[in-house]
Amino acid sequence: MFLTGDLGYSALEPLREALGPRFINAGVAEQNMVSVAAGLARSGMRPWVYSIAPFVYARPYEQIRNDVCLHRLPVVLVGNGGGYGYGVMGASHHALEDYGALLCLPHLRVYVPAFDQDVAVQVESLFSVAHPAYLRLGASEEPRGAVIPPYSPWRRLQEGPGWLVLVTGPLVGGIWSRVGALAGDLRPTVWVLTELPCNPIPAEFLGDVRKARGLLLVEEHVAQGGVAQNLALALLAAGNLPAQFAARSAQGYLTGRYGSQAFHRRECGLDAASIVDFLTFEDARDAA
Amino acid sequence: MTPQPSPTQIAVARVLKSPQSWDELRRRAKLRLLQMHFESRAGHIGGNLSSLDLMLILHHEMLEEDDQFVLSKGHAAGAYYVTLWTLGKLEENDLSLFHQDGTRLSGHPPSSGIDEILFATGSLGHGASLAAGLAKAKQLKSESGRVFCLTSDGEWNEGSCWEALTFARHHNLDNLTILVDLNGLQGFGTTREVANLEPLGEKFRAFGLPTQEVDGHDVDAVRRALRIHHMGPDVVVTRTHKGYGVSFMEDRLEWHYLPMTEAQYLQAVQEVEQTCEMPSAKPYSKQLDARSLCS
Repeated sequence: MFLTGDLGYSALEPLREALGPRFINAGVAEQNMVSVAAGLARSGMRPWVYSIAPFVYARPYEQIRNDVCLHRLPVVLVGNGGGYGYGVMGASHHALEDYGALLCLPHLRVYVPAFDQDVAVQVESLFSVAHPAYLRLGASEEPRGAVIPPYSPWRRLQEGPGWLVLVTGPLVGGIWSRVGALAGDLRPTVWVLTELPCNPIPAEFLGDVRKARGLLLVEEHVAQGGVAQNLALALLAAGNLPAQFAARSAQGYLTGRYGSQAFHRRECGLDAASIVDFLTFEDARDAA
Repeated sequence: MTPQPSPTQIAVARVLKSPQSWDELRRRAKLRLLQMHFESRAGHIGGNLSSLDLMLILHHEMLEEDDQFVLSKGHAAGAYYVTLWTLGKLEENDLSLFHQDGTRLSGHPPSSGIDEILFATGSLGHGASLAAGLAKAKQLKSESGRVFCLTSDGEWNEGSCWEALTFARHHNLDNLTILVDLNGLQGFGTTREVANLEPLGEKFRAFGLPTQEVDGHDVDAVRRALRIHHMGPDVVVTRTHKGYGVSFMEDRLEWHYLPMTEAQYLQAVQEVEQTCEMPSAKPYSKQLDARSLCS
């Protein structure tokens, strides 16, 4: 069962053809769409609800909370364009606080595929979960020639003697491309996280935290309610303290100017060049 | 887990379903509602009394096994709980704990634990869409049964209600009936003062929904309206009185919120009993439960 908030032109037509009456264009009425989905799910169906990310989590937030999450209904919210994904379309179309807001709600889990191949795995699993879910979609930036490990919510992409860089979702692609070229003590270990909340934290990751020169968390989401805050709390509670700790997050619109997703990432220091600069600076400081 | 009704309760429910016992059912339910709200010091009694008749008729005479009900005006949870109690779906002990620590009957419907209550409503403007989702599922699965959704009148301030109507009409949900408890009063004024939607029935008709308007306390008129089955989703607007049956509450804004004092409660009980011309119940009695309905 698939419901769209009047979006999907030139993309969802094959799905519409395949699903027939089980494909509903619910119109530009997201509150109704989410509650209708709750009613469908209460009747044993498995509805997927699609829109541009902010329209599927922010506009109908109370419907998600009261109608879906309180009843632990298996509704999948699909938000396209996580973070600054809609670029110069402007702030109304950005989703900078989506998973932080949604993870406050009971039973809901968040899925942030990092690579194209992750989408199929996550979608397959979402057909059988017994809880609400939010699927945050963004453009994959897979490094050319990279061998991506088989799907897991936590994956180590590369090892190195330097910092440990943990990136949430598709932002990792561009960063991995650049830091993969670093050598020597500068070369970081890179992990990617694609499901939230982040618990349980794998032992391999904790082991890498202990060995690393520092832990850098990067996410295209505001700091409040983000991965960095939650993971820092979890590490602190478990006594797994990194030697150093830093976080990069979305910071809204620092200059009041708008641009592409890449533009906003640069403004916030989320782009690959900024991460390399950070690692280089920290390396030099450690050496000094 | 919802408790299974005892044989006695089933017998009671059967007796209460007979038309001759309607006045008795109504009287006992109203008294139990007043007692419950008085003992728990809960407010919202006005909107419960305006919608109690409709919920009793609906549940005792209309709903079949494959029908579903959504209480969108969640602040009338008390009337809903009492209705379920008259059906043997809730125990006296449940009502005794209403609105108190450790209860499973919160001031607005709970999200789990009572099979008949499908959704935790209470924030207005959700029920019509939820009911539309239930109705759409029946349509897609070619399942029988109707879906009834009871809304308040002030609730139609919410834009999401009109989204639901548009959806229901567009999808020809002819198994969906929207009910409106039009008592003319909302949280902080009359509906005409706050955001005048009158004539509300005309607005539903403008959306293409067959709409009946009846006196919500005229039992026969409500019965007739509910039994009419239109093609497409339809609406029944029941014109009611907030605080119906209690003189000092009727059509008074403050009874959207206020708990009753003991003197007010005793007067309310007296009026309900006199109106119904029935022998006195025991207003404080914890024995006033489903089992005592047989006595």
